[in-house]
Amino acid sequence: MNELVVGIVVFVLAAFVGFEVISKVPPTLHTPLMSGANAISGVTILGAVTAAGLGMGTAAEVLGFLAVVSATVNVIGGFLVTDRMLAMFRRPRQREREEA
Amino acid sequence: MIELIYLACAVAFIIGLKRMSGPRTARSGNLIAGIGMLAAVVVALIDEQILNWDTIVAGLVVGAAIGAWAALRVRMTAMPQLVAAFNGSGGIASSLVAAVAVVEAGSDAIPVETAVTIMLSIVIGTVTFTGSFVAYGKLQGIITGRPLLFRGQQFVNGVLTVAAIGVAIWTLTSGDPIGYWIIAAISLVIGVLAVIPIGGADMPVVISLLNSFSGLAAAAAGFVITNNALIIGGALVGAAGLILTIQMTEAMNRSLTNVLFAGFGTGEGGAAGTLSDRPVNRAGAEDAAIALGYAQSVMIVPGYGLAVAQAQHAARDLAEALEEKGIKVHYAIHPVAGRMPGHMNVLLAEADVPYEQLLDLEQADPMLPQTDAVLILGANDVVNSSARDDPDSAIYGMPILNVDRAGTVIVVKRSLSPGFAGIDNPLFYNDNTLMYFADAKDALEQTLVALREV
Repeated sequence: MNELVVGIVVFVLAAFVGFEVISKVPPTLHTPLMSGANAISGVTILGAVTAAGLGMGTAAEVLGFLAVVSATVNVIGGFLVTDRMLAMFRRPRQREREEA
Repeated sequence: MIELIYLACAVAFIIGLKRMSGPRTARSGNLIAGIGMLAAVVVALIDEQILNWDTIVAGLVVGAAIGAWAALRVRMTAMPQLVAAFNGSGGIASSLVAAVAVVEAGSDAIPVETAVTIMLSIVIGTVTFTGSFVAYGKLQGIITGRPLLFRGQQFVNGVLTVAAIGVAIWTLTSGDPIGYWIIAAISLVIGVLAVIPIGGADMPVVISLLNSFSGLAAAAAGFVITNNALIIGGALVGAAGLILTIQMTEAMNRSLTNVLFAGFGTGEGGAAGTLSDRPVNRAGAEDAAIALGYAQSVMIVPGYGLAVAQAQHAARDLAEALEEKGIKVHYAIHPVAGRMPGHMNVLLAEADVPYEQLLDLEQADPMLPQTDAVLILGANDVVNSSARDDPDSAIYGMPILNVDRAGTVIVVKRSLSPGFAGIDNPLFYNDNTLMYFADAKDALEQTLVALREV
């Protein structure tokens, strides 16, 4: 099989895994789920660092630099803000125990 | 070998997302996904023949600083626009990765397969970018939240789409790289035009859809550079965003095409204005305190007005004061309340409201006939009885919280102006409805003072 076909197979299977894993998330967690998924979409950072490291001249370097910056904003910002939100989703009893 | 490490990272994403479906495991799930991402980046840096370390390190430092600064200082009420901005930055990153592939090829012919994936990556990534930042502007109040429509908008969108396809075919046959940049430019415009006609209350759908797009853009970039980690990660996010998009449109009983193209809420259609001359029962803090203080059960219905007024802590304080009097308090959260899925839940979690008190539409609605008092804080369309009773209404058929079946309804609202959808709300004129015209936070604080004297 050529690379494109393998890629399509992987994509379709991963999409089905995504549907199965995510379809039963309670509404309470919709916002953190979305921002966490958003951080995962920053996986494009792998392509960005490769692109920026090619050393193919100024144009590629500028585009690569911008790609790394925007992908890193997405990854770091996404995971941090999701963690900040999820830290708030605790039962008060649990919080009292921790504070005691 | 590197492929296997990328596979392990993809598994970390799946486990992370799985754990994010329960409140107790969610935080560790996010951490697992984050560690997977970190490992993948480290491996990519080691494995690739990297020549420009300066560029990469500078990019990582600048990006991390911006991302961390935005994530740590954002107010919970501004979460929808932050998620929109992060979506947009992910989208443009994928688009730029594809752009570098074009530059890299130089004057060499790009194989058709690769050329098509590059175009998909550029189109999806760029549309996500400008679409997300228009959504950001609307949510931040930089651009009006009302739908912006101009004559022939659909026609312009159609022409642009046809032009993009035409340029794509020309690029594939001629092999001239200029075509990619033309496609990118057209995509920038399409992203703006696609989101600008969509009104504020439809933002939960738009944000979910753009989230899905940012995943698809990453997957397309994965095809360009033949990287399975991008394809898997992107497909997962694409699926997650699509599920939420579908749930949001179902919660409004509208189709996705209707949300995207109808320019909903321009004030045409529906019975707008016919009821507004009728008198309402005006009320103040004392009236609200009496209605709430002598109830046995209270349901609080939050909406976007709660976020605007930053009133989540004040709502919690009032709810606790009521509970001290032995009154049962619940919060009824409509799926499309606020500006993104789960927006209200996050605000109330910030204010330490236990999530057991938060009920969704299916749980809360059957309880309303036995509820003595309902307190509506800046919500409008999700409690609009014309969605149930008036077949001519623009929102007819949308599942609502039937608050008019409860004993007394207190509506806290800044003015009688119709909500976003431009549709009058018959609820406001009912005999058992008290209209308390005030900012939600002020109203809650004054009601709490009054409650102490009841």
